[in-house]
Amino acid sequence: MTIQFNNESFRDDYSFYNSERAIKRFPFPFHEDSYMYSVNMEQHRGGPVDSVYEMRFDVDEHYVSEMRDRAMVLADDPLRCQSLPHMTLAGWDLLELIMVSKSEDYPDLFELHRDGNKWRWINKPLGIDHSFTFLDEATLPCGPMEYITRQAQGDFAVLDQRDDNLWMDAGMVTTQADWSLDFDIGMNFFEWHAPVPLAHEKGIFVRALKFLMNIQQGAPARRLNWTMTVNPLLDTSPENYHKWGIQKTELTPQNIGAKQHLRVELQTFFRLPRSNALVFPIRCYLCSFQDLMGVPKWGRRLHRVIRDLPEELATYKGFIDNRPMMLDYLKDFDDGLPTSPGIWPELDTEPPLTR
Amino acid sequence: MSTFAFPPSIKSRPVYGTLEPQAGAAHMFIVDGEGANAVLDLAQRAPSMMQLAHIVYITRGTDFAAALKALNPAQFYQGPTYGAALPRIRRSLADAKMGLQVYLAGTEGLMGQAMNEAVIAGIPHTAIQTEHRGATARRMQCVHCKGITEDVETDPFVCSHCGLNLFVRDHYSRRIAAFQGVCIDAEDPGNVPVQKGIYE
Ligand code: HEM
Repeated sequence: MTIQFNNESFRDDYSFYNSERAIKRFPFPFHEDSYMYSVNMEQHRGGPVDSVYEMRFDVDEHYVSEMRDRAMVLADDPLRCQSLPHMTLAGWDLLELIMVSKSEDYPDLFELHRDGNKWRWINKPLGIDHSFTFLDEATLPCGPMEYITRQAQGDFAVLDQRDDNLWMDAGMVTTQADWSLDFDIGMNFFEWHAPVPLAHEKGIFVRALKFLMNIQQGAPARRLNWTMTVNPLLDTSPENYHKWGIQKTELTPQNIGAKQHLRVELQTFFRLPRSNALVFPIRCYLCSFQDLMGVPKWGRRLHRVIRDLPEELATYKGFIDNRPMMLDYLKDFDDGLPTSPGIWPELDTEPPLTR
Repeated sequence: MSTFAFPPSIKSRPVYGTLEPQAGAAHMFIVDGEGANAVLDLAQRAPSMMQLAHIVYITRGTDFAAALKALNPAQFYQGPTYGAALPRIRRSLADAKMGLQVYLAGTEGLMGQAMNEAVIAGIPHTAIQTEHRGATARRMQCVHCKGITEDVETDPFVCSHCGLNLFVRDHYSRRIAAFQGVCIDAEDPGNVPVQKGIYE
């Protein structure tokens, strides 16, 4: 499979788009017609062919443009990438994990040649051919975590495991759903999750932490999370909220189908071999409402989920003010027919919209 | 001595206790303003500790120097501001031997910053005692410009660095020793609610 990389922007003129293929493989996050926080974790052991679950690190048509956007964010604000001093080894672990995975999963795009600690890394889409010495920082242009995450889609939080907790001690965060690495770095699992409503009371974070601390090398896990974003803006950071917040008020009944995006995070969890750290890649997928509505099952379901979502969640996710306009748009795609269980589009078996 | 009962909050927000005497090779007290009273109360319960005590007292407009000196601490320092006291605090923590107990009392800003220094010196934050006394003002970081505004008493407030109108969150970073301030009128520029006290 060869990937045609889009030339697109996630800011200013927002030329981002999803191809037909990208829409069909979009990780729609609702497996039923309602949504509530839960410990929704499963093994990350592949998935249907060409789905976002298939490879360890999914590479798609947005790869090259996303990496360009990341470089722009970092040039504006270098604090989006930070690593506390004891996390360098975990950075090398991560570099190895990504290079090995990508070169095995996408041999036509990435190559890794290893001779002891002498490594040669070839990244064809980004035009990189670089020889370096594994575990020798002086042979890379920047730290190992920064080096490899400038070449991998999605944000990365690298967690140190000690004192029966996980500590966010390093990260590359430029496509976040409104949280600040610079503020959260050094916090533990319960502290950085502090602002989330309802989930603490439901015991979700206690159970989730237990699960995460037991993740073994070679047995990664995954979950989906979601929110809403107006315009395909990757960098919805608190740092820049005073600039992008106003865009939420620019929705109209005429432009909502094109402007309102469902933002889904494919979150995966890998144990790292030398450091025993845990890496948490947070891969962001965006899809406009109008593209989602091409899948009848998703149209029906999204309407029901957004309609019945508890107010606390709609407020936390930042779309409580726009919810009525969303529902007004979405209701036309819900004819009341039942939906099949699971997240997949089921285009062949799900009935078309009846009206 | 009346102390303020902070309302229940989220899990990143620090909670404070009451200073308790600990067995230790040495005791370092870093206090500001009314925090001096926490030391005076503790000394009443465990007067012998004071022979091994180093008291760093930042006045914040109070006058407890004579009372603190009367406890006969091994070392006593009085300073006008936290910034002025900082070099001495750093030096003392760097010199500290195993078994040093650290006690912090006074405003949240003082306790947060001094705790950070102690953690950098290798003392786990869970081993440091704290007691809130005096002002309930907060040390706030603007998430946009990263500037810190000390002693914020109202919500919203104006960032002393970039001038944005910020609302006061309960989300707290130990590393920055500050709460987070976020623009309140980003979605409706100029629509800034009337200021009120943070705990009003
Ligand atoms: C160790 C890896 C993880 C990291 C680094 C992480 C990080 C975060 C961060 C930074 C936030 C935003 C909090 C804010 O408002 O400032 C968040 C939200 C959240 N996290 Fe995690 N998280 C992790 C694992 C998990 C797991 C395993 C669960 C499983 C239940 C979970 C559930 C949630 C939920 C429900 C939210 C609220 C999201 C929303 O409603 O949009 N997290 N997480």
